[in-house]
Amino acid sequence: QGSTPRAISIVPQAAPVAVFKLTQDFNNDQFPNKVNLGVGAYRTDEGQPWVLPVVKKVEKIIVHDDRLNHEYLPILGLPEFRSSASKIVLGDNSPAILENRVGAVQCLGGTGALKIGAEFLRRFYNGSNNTKTPIYVSAPTWENHNAVFSSAGFEDVRPYRYWDAEKRGLDLAGFLGDLESCPEHSVFVLHACAHNPTGTDPTQEQWKQIAEVMMRRKLFAFFDSAYQGFASGSLEKDAWAVRYFVSSGFEMFCAQSFSKNFGLYNERVGNLTVVARDADNLKRVLSQMEKVVRITWSNPPSQGARIVTITLTSPELFSEWQENVKTMANRVLLMRSQLKAKLQALGTPGTWDHITDQIGMFSFTGLNPKQVEYLVKEKHIYLMASGRINMCGLTTKNIDYVAESIHEAVTKVQ
Amino acid sequence: RLCLNQTSVFSLSVYYTHLLWCSSWWGGVQMGPPDPILGVTEAFKKDTNPKKMNLGVGAYRDDQGKPFVLSCVRKAEAIIAAKQLDKEYLPIGGLAEFSKACAQLALGPENEVLKSSRSVTVQTISGTGSLRIGANFLARFHPGPHDVYLPKPSWGNHTPIFRDAGMQLKAYRYYEPSTCGFDFKGALDDISKIPEQSIILLHACAHNPTGVDPRPEQWKEIADIVKKRNLLVFFDMAYQGFASGDIDRDAWAVRHFIENGHNIVLSQSFAKNMGLYGERVGGFTVVCKDAEEAKRVESQLKILIRPIYSNPPVNGARIAATILNTPELRSLWLEEVHGMANRIIKMREQLVAGLKKNGSSHNWQHVIDQIGMFCFTGLKPEQVERLTKEFSVYMTKDGRISMAGVTSGNVGYLADAIHAVTK
Repeated sequence: QGSTPRAISIVPQAAPVAVFKLTQDFNNDQFPNKVNLGVGAYRTDEGQPWVLPVVKKVEKIIVHDDRLNHEYLPILGLPEFRSSASKIVLGDNSPAILENRVGAVQCLGGTGALKIGAEFLRRFYNGSNNTKTPIYVSAPTWENHNAVFSSAGFEDVRPYRYWDAEKRGLDLAGFLGDLESCPEHSVFVLHACAHNPTGTDPTQEQWKQIAEVMMRRKLFAFFDSAYQGFASGSLEKDAWAVRYFVSSGFEMFCAQSFSKNFGLYNERVGNLTVVARDADNLKRVLSQMEKVVRITWSNPPSQGARIVTITLTSPELFSEWQENVKTMANRVLLMRSQLKAKLQALGTPGTWDHITDQIGMFSFTGLNPKQVEYLVKEKHIYLMASGRINMCGLTTKNIDYVAESIHEAVTKVQ
Repeated sequence: RLCLNQTSVFSLSVYYTHLLWCSSWWGGVQMGPPDPILGVTEAFKKDTNPKKMNLGVGAYRDDQGKPFVLSCVRKAEAIIAAKQLDKEYLPIGGLAEFSKACAQLALGPENEVLKSSRSVTVQTISGTGSLRIGANFLARFHPGPHDVYLPKPSWGNHTPIFRDAGMQLKAYRYYEPSTCGFDFKGALDDISKIPEQSIILLHACAHNPTGVDPRPEQWKEIADIVKKRNLLVFFDMAYQGFASGDIDRDAWAVRHFIENGHNIVLSQSFAKNMGLYGERVGGFTVVCKDAEEAKRVESQLKILIRPIYSNPPVNGARIAATILNTPELRSLWLEEVHGMANRIIKMREQLVAGLKKNGSSHNWQHVIDQIGMFCFTGLKPEQVERLTKEFSVYMTKDGRISMAGVTSGNVGYLADAIHAVTK
């Protein structure tokens, strides 16, 4: 059957992406009280996906608007989307925006924004096609960061110290130490807020220290902002670090995702915000990014961008969106405080303050691999081997079972 | 009194460091040239001439020159809206019912390849995204020479896509300028000399930019010689249904090659045939030795996709799947695709009639013989420039016009303009 030049016969089976395998195993599990604390998607208190009410409203508007068609968007995306999305992270009155030195590329989700930024940096940053520029990602970080930068051609993707497992918090000394000792012009991928997977963010004072070293040592700031609004419930608060860096004069990138804060996961809505020294530099940068986009996906999908744009540019819908975002953030905060309270009430060994100190969708519980295995195999509670749990997987109905199971795991398994 | 607390010390130190070093990272970045194809539309938009015509980018227009949203698409959208579906991530390989229907459309539902599950189809970001994934896959796994042979000429974006993936670009003769037709002898001659196990890219139907397609007998000979040279065939099918109006007829070459024993790779786009341009709907298929190999290939395609965009957008794929899998919508779609193809054919005929009426002494038969959205007029760059400057008729420098931009209302003007620059 078929004469393939021995071409494909040597293709090895690739390992599945861990987080998706976890969900697959969860789906196959027949246990009635199973709990999925794996994949990072919001769930309601009924454990269901949630299409934001404002999104439903806007989708109806779109479907009934006969003036809309399915024509190609420009290569860089829907212009109103790009500008309103950048305003969300930088603030309407950002001096950089007023100085006409902010631009953006509509991309396929946060991943797509990271990708276009990475491809641009590989071609034009720190020389020409300098694949040896070190790219620093936090230890630990979202598992796809590594692959995005290495597939863009960077040969040297390294960790910077971040999570202190012993004290279950930020290893600031290690972080600053790596910033001081790394090669000049290294690129640092910074989580704007709600660090994935640890949920541990630098404080404002700590961000200032980080910025000071980065500016002095001429390091490139590439922010990954996937949870704006989702972390604290406040858009402004969650964008503080990004805005501080901008006001400090950095030229930088910020990859924005609207997957979580708009619940638009499968529409692939993202924005790469570019802050440049001036309008002329910005223009040239965008023109080159356009070339990268053209050979990757030509132009981005319109549906998700339309939904976001219509929402952000209508005062009424914008308010409604903010309320929807607060709903999600507040439910997560509630689950955090309840989980901690229950563990404390059970007298579970150890301290559990980190559950409420951490922010966003994820919590690094501090459970070790054996304890994680116990939870998965014996209690049918699915979480990442790292001990990361998705707080959204907790509900008022399963939180007792989860707290008791964690208690069991910690007391029985060392 | 100056109060310096910790906060302001930090801000000041950052600010002063910034002042000391005010240059840009991007000082050495050159302005990128405008995209040759999409740049035409940019120029067209700026033109104030009421008679202006955009014959640049290949997007279908109705006889009023307006974008056309297919009825089957509107109906599918209504069905989908009523279902109130969630917005959870798709799998990396996309919407399963889309990928399946996409493969069936290309290969035919009874195809042995599908029955034995020896192919994998992933949803991609339209045709470009499909070609990109394909190029990346070949760059990583193709054990033969990393030379991709394109027809001369080919779609402008093919070259940079394959090049960026790390492949080398070569060409085989294809278009014969003296006849504005297919250089069959030249193609066979060049193909017969391609080193074994190289990659050959073929346009499945409605060749872009020339509109010149091989006839079935010619495809058969091409298939034979490609087999003799043991080449990996990469089909690009962006116009299935749009070329002749018949989806099976337009997929004939793809199916013939598979029957003939070639395990092809295939890119498909639904931008034109379903008018889903901005929704970015496409597929990439690899025909393998057996189901086991297909599984291995699928796992590697996912590894390639994940660091680019994680998983594809749902909207367009859902529309396409609904249309393909709902009998009444599928029939309606086939009618509408037929309608679009027919309007193009009619415009070709009217353009030639108009040129004859103007007394043109040239042979314009090729305008009727060519197929699909594009027509390689044979116009030279100077003539193209005159068309744009004097008549506000916009097209790409190679003399390619998108017939979709021609209407019964402006075909006369076009015939006059072309006659004026060629007489």
